[in-house]
Amino acid sequence: MSYKIAQIRLVSSHPEVYEPCDDSFALVDALLSDRNNLLELKPMLCMEVGCGSGYVITSLMLMLGEEANGAQFIATDINHHAIKVTQETMEAHGVYAELINTDIASGLENRLAGSVDLLVVNPPYVPTPEDEVGREGIASAWAGGENGRSVIDKILPVAEKLLSKRGWLYMVTLTANNPSQICRQMMKKGYASKIVVQRSTVEESLHIIKFWKDNDIEADTNDVITNSKAVPLGIVDSVRSQIQRLSFWGSCDINTTTN
Amino acid sequence: MRLLTHNMLSSNIKGVTNGFPLKIQVEKVVEKQVEINHDFLRNIFPKIDWKAFSDASRIMGYDEMPEEPPEPSVLELNVEFLGKFHHALLELHLEEGALLCPETGRKFPVNKGIPNMLLLEDKV
Ligand SMILES: C[S@@+](CC[C@H](N)C(=O)[O-])C[C@H]1O[C@@H](n2cnc3c(N)ncnc32)[C@H](O)[C@@H]1O
Repeated sequence: MSYKIAQIRLVSSHPEVYEPCDDSFALVDALLSDRNNLLELKPMLCMEVGCGSGYVITSLMLMLGEEANGAQFIATDINHHAIKVTQETMEAHGVYAELINTDIASGLENRLAGSVDLLVVNPPYVPTPEDEVGREGIASAWAGGENGRSVIDKILPVAEKLLSKRGWLYMVTLTANNPSQICRQMMKKGYASKIVVQRSTVEESLHIIKFWKDNDIEADTNDVITNSKAVPLGIVDSVRSQIQRLSFWGSCDINTTTN
Repeated sequence: MRLLTHNMLSSNIKGVTNGFPLKIQVEKVVEKQVEINHDFLRNIFPKIDWKAFSDASRIMGYDEMPEEPPEPSVLELNVEFLGKFHHALLELHLEEGALLCPETGRKFPVNKGIPNMLLLEDKV
């Protein structure tokens, strides 16, 4: 059965706004493949950081549809053109989310802490020189600094703060971002993870990773491994082996993944 | 910007300790009808800072929200109240205006319904 998602012809655009691309489609596919679980989760507050064209948040609202049971949606972007384009895209599809022009979730972090049930992020993840990160214009849509991790590493602590106890995070990563290291790092904060969608093109290998709080994992604030329970290690191992099975895995340099 | 979002926003200026609630400066309010969902209203209620919300609703020109938070039982039984709560929380939009940091007075503009929380000039 196919569900409604945003229609490309109704997605608005602007020269300085990221157009829906393989990563956007992979993220929407990941959400679609988890749609039934999402409905069961009954999220009350859903959020996207870095909404760009609005393709993902619009698709999310459409696929949950009537069954979202009054859930409210918030999206942010640092680029004001992106906010405007998202507004147009949503209007064209007859859906509504609150939009805020801000850096990640700045201004929302205090009051929204522990309240976001569903967070989706397709961050700027392409490895670039550090000084290209956060520049004006379209470059900030992809420029991710060293290993493409600059913005991701700022988003993760914010995500942890915002997510509710039952909250889920879906994030796009590239092999060059070292996703298994991201999963290990999140595990130290009490999050289990799994790859929902994996897709390889000639240039890149994308992983959409889902994170959720797992009570069997003891969050370790001291960054010292004090937890020797079999379960969390098992989870990480399964993520690691999932990642290892993927093509291109093992290379941390994006340039060497092409041949 | 809806009052739900206003209730979730604080000043993000470095060093500010009392950044909530942001003061609303109204230039234009618009109303957009949306379907009511009682479950959502009941679930979100405990997360609402009532004083900030009822003050904000008055500034937006809507006088039906009491200053004191209602008893949770009111939300269970009083459908008329739920309708008003819904209207104030989700149907009133600050279309044009600004949000002011309660501590520094720094202005965050709201244009076409979008709050701009970027701190460009004083970025650290
Ligand atoms: C790869 S694009 C994804 C756009 C859209 N979500 C999609 O999937 O098609 C990344 C988006 O994040 C935004 N962005 C970059 N840095 C940001 C930051 N610090 N805070 C908020 N948004 C940011 C960019 O402006 C861009 O719109």
